[in-house]
Amino acid sequence: MSDTPAVEAEGLIKNYGKTRALNGLDLSVAQGTVYGLLGPNGAGKTTAVRVLATLLRADGGRARVLGHDVAAQPAAVRRTIGLTGQYAALDEYLTGRSNLIMIGQLSRLTGKAARRRADELLEQFDLTEAASRAVKTYSGGMRRRLDLAASLIGHPAVLFLDEPTTGLDPSARALMWDIVRKLVADGTTLLLTTQYLDEADQLASRIAVVNGGKVIAEGTPSDLKASLGGQRLLITLAEESDAATAAEALRPFTTRRVRGSDCGQVLDLPVTAVDGLATEVVRALDAAGVKVSDIAVRSASLDDVFLTLTGHKAEEEAPKDTDKKEVAA
Amino acid sequence: MTAATLSPADLTADRSPFAQFLGDVWVLTKRSLARIRREPETLSDVTIQPVMFVLMFAYVFGGAIGIPGGGSYHSYLIGGMLGMSLAQTAPGTAVAVVSDMETGLIDRFRSLPMSRAAVLTARTLADLLTQVIGAAVVALVGLAIGWRITGGAGGAIEAFALALLFGYAFTWAGVCLGMVLRSPEVAQQAGFIIFLPLTFISSAFVPTQGMPGWLQPVAEWNPMSSLAAACRQLFGNPNPASAVHAWPEQHPELAVICWAAAMLVVFAPLAVHLYRTKAH
Repeated sequence: MSDTPAVEAEGLIKNYGKTRALNGLDLSVAQGTVYGLLGPNGAGKTTAVRVLATLLRADGGRARVLGHDVAAQPAAVRRTIGLTGQYAALDEYLTGRSNLIMIGQLSRLTGKAARRRADELLEQFDLTEAASRAVKTYSGGMRRRLDLAASLIGHPAVLFLDEPTTGLDPSARALMWDIVRKLVADGTTLLLTTQYLDEADQLASRIAVVNGGKVIAEGTPSDLKASLGGQRLLITLAEESDAATAAEALRPFTTRRVRGSDCGQVLDLPVTAVDGLATEVVRALDAAGVKVSDIAVRSASLDDVFLTLTGHKAEEEAPKDTDKKEVAA
Repeated sequence: MTAATLSPADLTADRSPFAQFLGDVWVLTKRSLARIRREPETLSDVTIQPVMFVLMFAYVFGGAIGIPGGGSYHSYLIGGMLGMSLAQTAPGTAVAVVSDMETGLIDRFRSLPMSRAAVLTARTLADLLTQVIGAAVVALVGLAIGWRITGGAGGAIEAFALALLFGYAFTWAGVCLGMVLRSPEVAQQAGFIIFLPLTFISSAFVPTQGMPGWLQPVAEWNPMSSLAAACRQLFGNPNPASAVHAWPEQHPELAVICWAAAMLVVFAPLAVHLYRTKAH
């Protein structure tokens, strides 16, 4: 495997009218890895994927896929990529198999090779039984699987998955995750956008947190979590009025200063885990005269990372039309 | 997942760009025709509708419409019906294009290493085939109600060729409409709003001589009138437009060719431009 990054972007800028969808986005994805673009709706994830997949021209910056410039050599880029968007891009009236054969032939396979690949993929994606039914009879999960199969038919080296599981039920999501893991085992490079932290955590070996059209943090999931001090101490107070006293008493334990006035009845404190931490914490609180009804230590989650970086939760739904705009623009 | 990879023999990469273009057009035209095979009712606008229109005009309105210079209304009607049944497939084209934009299929095509000109070429070719069906249906119903070709086989072939050229030009207008509109419903309505007056403010169903003076020039310069007059002249049917002095009525065949060429020159490049640049 060569050292050429599968995907690299430098300072991508894209404006839609007065809205700046990409504001200097940088990215570097090594070959054979799964890279997660994590961010809330409207963060610029879809726009980034559309630029990288040659569907949109950036207004500034440059991007390359396996060394081919997306603006100058779009045809070369298209020969190496597969794209699965947020909506199943299929012909509703054709059967699942006909859809795959059509996309295969348009991906420069011969008719014979397209039919062979279609049958292989239908088998792998558990769609053989539905193969001769029109796609409009498919469930949401089946459509997504067929859509993913379609983007794989030409064996792309780099696959873009734009929110592959948004709107799927948990079992369909688990199935998609399985498929994605097998793909990676095959050596395909995957660039995955998601607004689900657990999805990025589960699948991606590196994550870029995107907000406001640029990358605001980048690293492995554990890097990102570690950057927040690793552990969280959750203390539920018996009396909310004790918050300030409690926060002051716990200052020696926390890695970052937390003001009692910012907390309610529950104090959520970043700490460094040591043996006997809980005991010492209880002693310190007792000495300060604070009554505690519950105490717990947990690992920092990507949620914490996200909350710290962007000031809001990842899965907080932005208004639905923002999402639409990102797709429609 | 799969260790199977593609060998060079599985790829069509060594074919010339033109051969790849033709291959892609073929694959996509088959796709559109497969839809017709699975849902034949999508053909109703070139099968059931023209039959209804011919019968309604022939037997409901026809008795009340006089032909200046004489002649049977049934014979007069078919030249106009041909134009209507072909031009009104354009809204269907627009709907199909919007639907493909909406589902993301066009985005997928744009991300594939396929010929970019093939998508629209295939769309318009498939619609041309449905127009051939529409023309045949109109002719058959016409024969059933007493319409006859008396101008010779050469003239008849020329008339059908002109009609299909005209219909094909309209298809490109439909593609453009589909590219700029937001949903299939809007496309359907826009098609109705554009094509209904286009058809009715013409000599397709009634001679222009009976219209108010201010409307007559509009109808006389309407491409639909030119096509109707050209077909009537070539079929040897009553053609009261020959008594009208407006240039397109005096030279209907040339007028049809000019209109079709003008529409193709404007709408085909525009459609391709929209396809390239428009990120729905």
